Amino acid sequence: MKYFLQRVAFYLFTAWAAITLNFLIPRMIPGDPVQALVTKYQGQLSSQAIDSLYVLFGLNKDANLWEEYVSYWKQLLSGDLGLSFTFFPTPVSEIISNSLPWTLLLVGITTVISFLLGTGLGVLAGWRRGSWTDGLLPVTTFLSSVPYFWLGIIAIYLLTGPDSFFPSSGGFDAGLVPAFDQYFIPSAIQHSLLPALTILISSVSGWILSMRNMMVTVSSEDYITVAHAKGLSDRRVAMSYAARNALLPNVSGFALSLGFIVGGTLLVEIVFSYPGVGFQLFQALGASDYPLMQGIFLIITISVLVANLLADIAYLLLDPRTRKEG
Amino acid sequence: MSEPVIEIRNLNVDYGLGDQAVHAIRDVSLTLHRGEVLGLAGESGSGKSTLAYGMTRLLPPPGVITGGEVIYHPEKGDPYDVLSLTDRQLQAFRWAETAIVFQGAMNSLNPVHKISTQLTDVLRAHDPKMSENSRNARAREMLKLVGIAPDRMDAYPHQLSGGMRQRVMIGMALILQPQVVIMDEPTTALDVVMQRQILGQLVELRERLGFSVIFITHDLSLLVEFSNRIAIMYGGRIVEEAPAAAIYRDALHPYSSGLLGSFPALRGPRRELTGIPGSPPDLKGMPSGCSFHPRCPKAFEPCSSKVPVLTPHGDRSVACWLVES
Repeated sequence: MKYFLQRVAFYLFTAWAAITLNFLIPRMIPGDPVQALVTKYQGQLSSQAIDSLYVLFGLNKDANLWEEYVSYWKQLLSGDLGLSFTFFPTPVSEIISNSLPWTLLLVGITTVISFLLGTGLGVLAGWRRGSWTDGLLPVTTFLSSVPYFWLGIIAIYLLTGPDSFFPSSGGFDAGLVPAFDQYFIPSAIQHSLLPALTILISSVSGWILSMRNMMVTVSSEDYITVAHAKGLSDRRVAMSYAARNALLPNVSGFALSLGFIVGGTLLVEIVFSYPGVGFQLFQALGASDYPLMQGIFLIITISVLVANLLADIAYLLLDPRTRKEG
Repeated sequence: MSEPVIEIRNLNVDYGLGDQAVHAIRDVSLTLHRGEVLGLAGESGSGKSTLAYGMTRLLPPPGVITGGEVIYHPEKGDPYDVLSLTDRQLQAFRWAETAIVFQGAMNSLNPVHKISTQLTDVLRAHDPKMSENSRNARAREMLKLVGIAPDRMDAYPHQLSGGMRQRVMIGMALILQPQVVIMDEPTTALDVVMQRQILGQLVELRERLGFSVIFITHDLSLLVEFSNRIAIMYGGRIVEEAPAAAIYRDALHPYSSGLLGSFPALRGPRRELTGIPGSPPDLKGMPSGCSFHPRCPKAFEPCSSKVPVLTPHGDRSVACWLVES
């Protein structure tokens, strides 16, 4: 328990550091959004207009850095992430809460499926080493080295078209309004199939490889021989002795990959113009939309930290050696 | 002498297949009698562990049994060949009839399961009808038997010392009351004090429960004290087999006397240690004739050309031309 609290304290500190950096970095970048707009309109803005833009964006206050920092925290704690510049005057929090479910559902579900499928196949391939499953290995090595956005481009090129079942972009049919009804949900699923397959194919191989290799390593441990010598069934030895121990590194890998759900599939979302957080971040970058970028970075930071915490907890539960007490 | 429990007949074990194969065990025949402690000694690579793994069919790949029989005589019923059991029969045979205590005291227990889980899953595998309470009671009893407080049941392996872990392994080996316990250098990883303690406990348990032991070690002086008979292995063959006292008094094979000269005796007068010159043979390119002849101080004319056969001389047998002539 003490160890657990130590971890929580550590993550709180890390979160504070990350948020502070998140506050400082945009302020260190030369230029501000008003300057960006001025350049955009190529001097057609009067100085009055420029002044009113500063007021509008809340950049007019002559506050020093410390006061800004304090008010940044105040805003953050009340869930206010500022207003987006590109979608002015929509609050950043609203944009993020609109795009987050798309990413969470698409990438979240595929990550879980990929982990379960890959680990299962890896256990099998590791335990039945030397059988036909070894033939899968070159294929998985190849697939795990293919970047997923490239796979996505190929998939769009080969599988989409005017008559194809697979749409090439977007999260749902243009004519539909997001709602939980019989028109919208099938459309959303149909749109998510191709990006999901792309992520699945390129990520499942990594799980298979790492799980198989761990299985092979663990299989040569003495306690596996002992388990065989005890007359336990092959299944019991494979599951409770070999796979149970081989799983440990994969579990922490899985928890970490959960953290990258939010930000890690930027490129897939760009390739498929999928309305998720990654695509939003891409747009914010193009438009120098600092509040939106800050907001998205914040979400990514927090999700990575939460995922790390989950990994620690999972390890505490699965590996008694990491528990300090007793 | 009492009746046999395990008879190994002409066992051959190879590592690898075809031309690349290395013959690790060559035509070994050995009999373990009921209630005796049979010591198996030899240098590293002499095949003693391979013999133990081979007779229990636990050889890790690429080990293959290429010939021979391992006849097991159960307490009741007809003897059968362990090597021809089906997988299911083999599972039932393992641990219930022959249990093994392995070399690595540290790694024989699965680090992520409690001691209790690892003690009771044997019981569950061999007797699915046994209730959980009686399984736990039995596991507790075994821990007490090997001198570990039963409240350590819920401990994980890393919370126990090396000696305690090895004692848990011995308790685990005895949990199904097997006829035979194979000990593969069970005390090598432990300090000398712990070695003595565990071996003393083992002798006591054996007298109480009456199982037979095959004790594998390279420490011949240890065997002289603890075993009834000793078999000496060299290059995958048994070169001498005799009652422990007889080997200690006068070893017939020059290799046996070399081994005896390499260790200080636990008791008795001081004597000079000699050792054996050279190194164990490479199993890939065994010397012709007697495989020991390049290192043998007493080698003579037939040694390099003809392989000596293990031949009985009274209550002992030896494979050496010196004795033949």
